[in-house]
Amino acid sequence: MSEVLIRAEQINKTYYGAGLPIQALRDVSLTIAVGEMVAIMGSSGSGKSTLMNVLGCLDVPDSGSYTLAGEDVMEMSKDELAHLRNKQIGFVFQHFNLLGRASALDNVVLPLIYAGVSARERERRGLEMLKLVGLEGREHHLPKQLSGGQQQRVAIARSLINEPGLLLADEPTGALDTKTSAEIMSLLQRINQEHSLSVVIVTHEPDIARYCERIIRLSDGQIVCMETVEQRILSEALQ
Amino acid sequence: MDILAAFSIAWTSLKANKMRSFLTALGIIIGVGAVIIMVSLSQGATSTITDRISSMGSNLLMVMPGGSRGPVRGTAVAQLTKEDAEAIARLPMVKNVAPEATSQLTVAAGNSTWQATVSGTQPQWQDIRNWKLAKGVFFTAEDTEQVAQVAVLGQTVVDNLYSGGQDPLGTTVRINGIDFTVIGVLEKKGSGGMGGDQDNYVYMPLTTAQQRLMGVNTIRLINVQAVSAEMVPVMKESVTTLMRQRHRLATKAEDDFRIMDMSELLTTVEDTTRIMTFLLGGIAGVSLIVGGIGIMNIMLVSVTERTREIGIRMAVGATTRAILTQFLIEALLLSLIGGLIGVALGWGGTALLGWLAGWSMKVVPWLIGLALGFAMTIGLFFGYYPARKAAHSNPIDALRFE
Repeated sequence: MSEVLIRAEQINKTYYGAGLPIQALRDVSLTIAVGEMVAIMGSSGSGKSTLMNVLGCLDVPDSGSYTLAGEDVMEMSKDELAHLRNKQIGFVFQHFNLLGRASALDNVVLPLIYAGVSARERERRGLEMLKLVGLEGREHHLPKQLSGGQQQRVAIARSLINEPGLLLADEPTGALDTKTSAEIMSLLQRINQEHSLSVVIVTHEPDIARYCERIIRLSDGQIVCMETVEQRILSEALQ
Repeated sequence: MDILAAFSIAWTSLKANKMRSFLTALGIIIGVGAVIIMVSLSQGATSTITDRISSMGSNLLMVMPGGSRGPVRGTAVAQLTKEDAEAIARLPMVKNVAPEATSQLTVAAGNSTWQATVSGTQPQWQDIRNWKLAKGVFFTAEDTEQVAQVAVLGQTVVDNLYSGGQDPLGTTVRINGIDFTVIGVLEKKGSGGMGGDQDNYVYMPLTTAQQRLMGVNTIRLINVQAVSAEMVPVMKESVTTLMRQRHRLATKAEDDFRIMDMSELLTTVEDTTRIMTFLLGGIAGVSLIVGGIGIMNIMLVSVTERTREIGIRMAVGATTRAILTQFLIEALLLSLIGGLIGVALGWGGTALLGWLAGWSMKVVPWLIGLALGFAMTIGLFFGYYPARKAAHSNPIDALRFE
């Protein structure tokens, strides 16, 4: 049994917007092992965004417990959470979320600035990461000079540069065409396998979820099923 | 996150949007430029005026006939006499006395004529008024004794009578049909502290002026110099008492002479211009504050526009303090650079205005330091609110921001 990276138990999260409070997560419990590639699926309103925010330490649950790489998140301050994100989590978003006026290299090394890494070291590691995702030679290009797929690669390079334990991707292929989507998912798979990095992909597309070992489905803030890919194929075959 | 990286982030952000950065800094640029020009202007004006007053001589009192309302036409005006001057000279705190008999006369040289003030006085006048000769010599006690027909010309007189540029020394000028030999030319001094061209004068021995041109009892001015600056007020009192005595004035009667106190004039001018400096500087300072408000406004807009960027930074690990520092440094850089440009503008503007007005104007270092310091303080103060707003963004909402 592999080492556990994430242990979440009885997570509850309620939002108090205008009007009635909405309980986004109800008693959600899950574990994710080191090096596991997991998909979180659900329709809109299912709570998958909230779950991603909690897993990504962008938001703290109202109750329950959440441990990431052995660190208990529940008592942490905003700054401590920021440090944890910097160290342990890489984010990939649907719309890339790169700094529009910074070069690819500057985008990739952004986390290192907040980690206090020297300029020379930043450059070295940045170039290394760009090479890893196949963007060698494009260090000084601005995002607008890159295709969607290339921008997402920059985002992936950025998410890896601090050597985190977890890569969180929110609809990473949502803005890409089929061919590029497949390329990006292959890249994520390769990174997952070669670097023993846990990857959690939030998606609503079954084709994307298929790249993962395990699928967690959410509905109305609760986990309704967790199945591995083998189980899924089996159940589909039986239908 | 080290300070160097922080500056680098801020600088990159500012460079990324040059136009907006410039517009933001514009308020500071104008404010600092205005402060520098205003203060330098009034400082320049002050020193020009005080220089002119000082150029008339130091520790100097001028006694003139006529009461505080000036000489009254038509009535018999109490005259000043040579004896008055001699009596004043005997006062203990008086260093030197030089009476002047003056009259507006036409001076002719060759074919040119020119109207100037002819002043008969004594040799020590040159000392009291601290006036050097550009050429030649001043007349002496001997000249006075011998009622010599010699003259020393002021620069304006020379410029107008010898327009061809000839050397006036040794030539003859004619005043009221009498010939005078030019023995000297005074240095140019410009206009006096009370207006009037100091250089439009012809000086000659008192005896000559009174006996050949004007007649006795035409003393219009007695220059009185004190032994030291501190003694001037005392001297003023003593001279007043003495003159009232000599003119047999009753206790309640007004003075029938007036005393112009140069150093008092100087102090008054300095006080007045100091108020003017503060006033102008204050107004310019207000414009600087408005510039600060401009910074705050534009930074608020900038923060809103960069909400997503802030969200990204926070997601990858920027702490509240990191974001706060970034935006504060941006504000600081904007006000510093704006301040420097404003200083350059202020310097240039001051030089230009000085050249146009003919005043000597210089920008003093402490003014630059003050303006820059003020600008940066304003930048930090007005930049704090937007920076704080940015730092307290919620990363989740920020990332969702359209």
